[in-house]
Amino acid sequence: MKKQAMLGKKKLDAGMVITGLIILAVYAAVFILEQIMPSTSMLFTVLKKGATYALVAVSMNLLNGFTGIFSLGQAGFMLIGAYTFAIFTIPMESRAAVYQYYNGGILGFSLPVIPALILAGLAAAFFAFLIGLPVLRLKSDYLAIATLGFAEIMRAIFQWDKLGPLTNGSNMLHTFPNFNSFNIKNAAGETTVYLSTLIPFLIAGVCIALIVLLINSSYGRALRAIKDDEIAAEAMGVNLFHHKQLSFCISSFFAGIGGAMLAMYACTVQAKSFTTAMTYEILLIVVIGGIGSISGSCISSFLFVACSEWWLRFLDEKQVIGTFEVPLLRNGFRLVVFSIIIMIVVLFFRQGIMGTKELPDLFRRRPKTASQEAIK
Amino acid sequence: MKKILAFVLVLMMVLPALAMAEDMPVVKIGVFEPASGDSGAGGKQEMLGMQYANAETPTVEIGGTTYKVELVYADNGSSTDKAPSAAQKLVSENVSIVLGSYGSGVSIAGSPIFAQAGVPAVGVTCTNPSVTLGNTHYFRICFLDPFQAEQLAKFAVKELKADTAYCLGELGNDYDVGLIHYFKVEFEKAGGLVVDEYFQNGNADFTSFLTTAAALEADVIFAPCSLAYSALLVEQAAAQNVAIPLMGSDTWDSNVVITAASGKNVTIYASTFYAENDTPFDRGFKTWINSDPVNLTNNNGNDMISAVSAMGYDAYYVALEALKAAGSTDPKAVNEALWNVKYEGVTGAISFNEVGDAARDGAFIKTVDTANDDWKLVIVMGAE
Amino acid sequence: MKNVLPYLLSGISVGGQYALIAIGYTMVYGILRLINFAHGDVFMVAGILMVYISASGMPIWLAIPLTLLISVLIGFTIERVAYKPLRTAPRMSVMISAIGVSYLLQNLVLYVTGGLNKVYPTIPFISDSVTLTIFGATMTTKMVTVITPFLTIILVVALVWLINHTKIGMAMRAVSKDFETSQLMGIKINSVISTTFIIGSFLAAVGSMLYFTNYPSVIQTSGSMPGLKAFVAAVFGGIGSIPGAVIGAFIIGICENIIKGLDLILIKSGLTKKMMGLTTFSDAFTFALLIVILVVKPTGLFGEKMTDKV
Repeated sequence: MKKQAMLGKKKLDAGMVITGLIILAVYAAVFILEQIMPSTSMLFTVLKKGATYALVAVSMNLLNGFTGIFSLGQAGFMLIGAYTFAIFTIPMESRAAVYQYYNGGILGFSLPVIPALILAGLAAAFFAFLIGLPVLRLKSDYLAIATLGFAEIMRAIFQWDKLGPLTNGSNMLHTFPNFNSFNIKNAAGETTVYLSTLIPFLIAGVCIALIVLLINSSYGRALRAIKDDEIAAEAMGVNLFHHKQLSFCISSFFAGIGGAMLAMYACTVQAKSFTTAMTYEILLIVVIGGIGSISGSCISSFLFVACSEWWLRFLDEKQVIGTFEVPLLRNGFRLVVFSIIIMIVVLFFRQGIMGTKELPDLFRRRPKTASQEAIK
Repeated sequence: MKKILAFVLVLMMVLPALAMAEDMPVVKIGVFEPASGDSGAGGKQEMLGMQYANAETPTVEIGGTTYKVELVYADNGSSTDKAPSAAQKLVSENVSIVLGSYGSGVSIAGSPIFAQAGVPAVGVTCTNPSVTLGNTHYFRICFLDPFQAEQLAKFAVKELKADTAYCLGELGNDYDVGLIHYFKVEFEKAGGLVVDEYFQNGNADFTSFLTTAAALEADVIFAPCSLAYSALLVEQAAAQNVAIPLMGSDTWDSNVVITAASGKNVTIYASTFYAENDTPFDRGFKTWINSDPVNLTNNNGNDMISAVSAMGYDAYYVALEALKAAGSTDPKAVNEALWNVKYEGVTGAISFNEVGDAARDGAFIKTVDTANDDWKLVIVMGAE
Repeated sequence: MKNVLPYLLSGISVGGQYALIAIGYTMVYGILRLINFAHGDVFMVAGILMVYISASGMPIWLAIPLTLLISVLIGFTIERVAYKPLRTAPRMSVMISAIGVSYLLQNLVLYVTGGLNKVYPTIPFISDSVTLTIFGATMTTKMVTVITPFLTIILVVALVWLINHTKIGMAMRAVSKDFETSQLMGIKINSVISTTFIIGSFLAAVGSMLYFTNYPSVIQTSGSMPGLKAFVAAVFGGIGSIPGAVIGAFIIGICENIIKGLDLILIKSGLTKKMMGLTTFSDAFTFALLIVILVVKPTGLFGEKMTDKV
């Protein structure tokens, strides 16, 4: 989706120009479609959720694909981000209704969306810093299971009744600003300019661009070195723990923002929905897109969301062709087909959609790509 | 091969078009109910009521034209994270009005989607106050948690002579948490002691909670949880020989609980919206259930009428009344019309107040007859 | 003590059931270095199979072996279809394949059951209620609670004997020590791996019978939490070590149930005055314990020290 990325390098080539144009075209198309199509269309749901998942998937890819840290704590950081965002943005007048069992909660103010988004990221990064201190010293699988455990612990803490005045206990947080709040309305309350899909694209786009810039900086090269060979990287003077910690915090920062976007998408936040299943879903998106490819993660998150929410929906309902009733179709069949597709991708297309290539690579002349492959 | 393929494709395109051409205009009613998950069994029973009503009255006259009523289903999976996309599905199919859901959390989670699309929703058995509070598009035909909890607390104090109550609910389920909260307020007002504990979503092991309840020497266990958990709770209470009466809320009024309690030494009370009484509705519904094995399966294998089915039945007719009054299938007009809908349903008279809640003043308390596998009406509370 | 005892009993029972699942995790990890995320779902599928097989009218003495047999077949098939083709792939691909299988199994069960809880059939004898008197405390519970720890220990002893004293056991130990070398020594890697999966699935199926007799309701997500906890137990005890996994599982089962009763225990012993809602942490505590253990002793209680190869 966002590849201006490569601007960090010295010179612009055809691949980057084409990619830049494609991204511009996508944004323009999103904006135009939103003005002309009914806002209830499933397309926009998919686009909003897809943009959110794209950001989270890219943040996970930064860890798993670029630093070689196998973390399964993404849902935990999203949870922190979503809660931080929701807690700080619920309008004062709605607090009594939301915190109905806690006398309106303890927070006496509310923040605008953008500061709250950044705060959401910072909160997630802060927790990542704390948990990273002990956990990042662990080796691969142990790290995975420890981060997964951390996400479960977070879920329990946020549900604890004693924190109710802040987190509303285990109950739902709602009536905070969502994507539709960005639509521009006229005096009569009719929407004149629809921005509810463009905004998540912009937020995700800016965040992903920042991640791409990071990956192409000297820090990014150090992270790749860690992934390829920790011991060699250390020998070359890369401070292992420092770099891992940095990558972990940055990834969590963006996962936190992703969580806040998910809250805006769903309009409600509840700790119990941030389960390990959510982390697995995001991991699958990263794998399908190609571990180590930012553009792959973006493309696959849109495909994943579209398949699971939209394109396969018809499989859940009785379909009649003429007088012939298609067998097997009933509630749940969509998910069976979907998981079989995933298994096929995992088993037979192990490289995912993009492998480790990026969008601009596709538009470059062949020999160059081939030589890059050879190096790898 | 290619020819067959082409033929099939042509057929696929032509046939729906043909079918549509001869049909009368269609008005779509969205059914926003859980068909899977912890509340799936209850959601299916609520849907049965709507389906029966739809079978009984498949058309409606709106503004002088007769429309065929089509029920559009979306499974919210009993979970607040699946609810928004289920709601979105209904909205994208241009439904005129939505019925549901069973369970308050999913209703609250779906609510903003309906609000954004301007589609009104009629809650059937979602009892948490925040479903309708602070919005103009969500209505409901059932009583509210504060009322239900108050009646149950009164019942526990007066009839069961309880002074210690142990409450058990699911973490993060607005329905459970809300009821326990209001129960606690009422029960403590009457001078009783309440201890409340919560279990994680997906929990199956209630032995330790029951041990705690027994150790506290509680006089009643109040567990307003989803059907899946109530069945487990009943089963484990019987296995542990916990003699404390179990008290449930409207979710418990289902034959799922009866199946779990069958032949066991447990005492169960539940508050509900409706008691079976051999009315024409009861007879008609039973006949309809028995006419189709699919219905029978959805009703957990027998023809016992759950209160939620009766509520679903009434909700369907309330929707028809609203459509008639609106004189149009436009969701906004239907929303406006709903405020003034008055309907005499099988579960009582239904009209909406300024918040969008129905005025309900009676709760039926039933108990399980474990020997005959049936519900027995104990008392009607609050209708003085 | 009287206050703690009932929780301890529940804990030992559920711990035994976790132990049976944990063995499958630990053996597979020992040999393939793979976290078999689908293992918890095999456990759940065994539960669903039992529901459907006994609903078909088959007598219980036939339904039990049939369930065990089909569960074993499923475990075997999963390995052959989803893991074997990836033998040379990076470890992460295999783990993701495991997540994919878990996703597939859950969705298949969702489809078949319609996403509703299924009532587990009553297995005679072990479902009966018994009344126990220990240290003056009287408790009523299901027979299965009492049987589980004993059955678990018998199965584990049998398994340890199998690993230490048979040819296939020796092969397993060799493969887990060094995959490539044992292949060179003429050990049929594939049959060793299949045997591991067969044993793991068999024990998971036995565990599912005990577990669901206690908590008689099965849904597609029933396997994920017990599976995750059993895995934590395996890591806790030192992954790859069978006694470690069993001890870890008992510790986790007991802790989980003690936490559920902790509020009351604290009040009764006069340490606190009010309920603190600590039951919220019954699952989280397991993971907190895990992180602490990993930080203090990164390879678990009984794990072997691993050295990095440059």
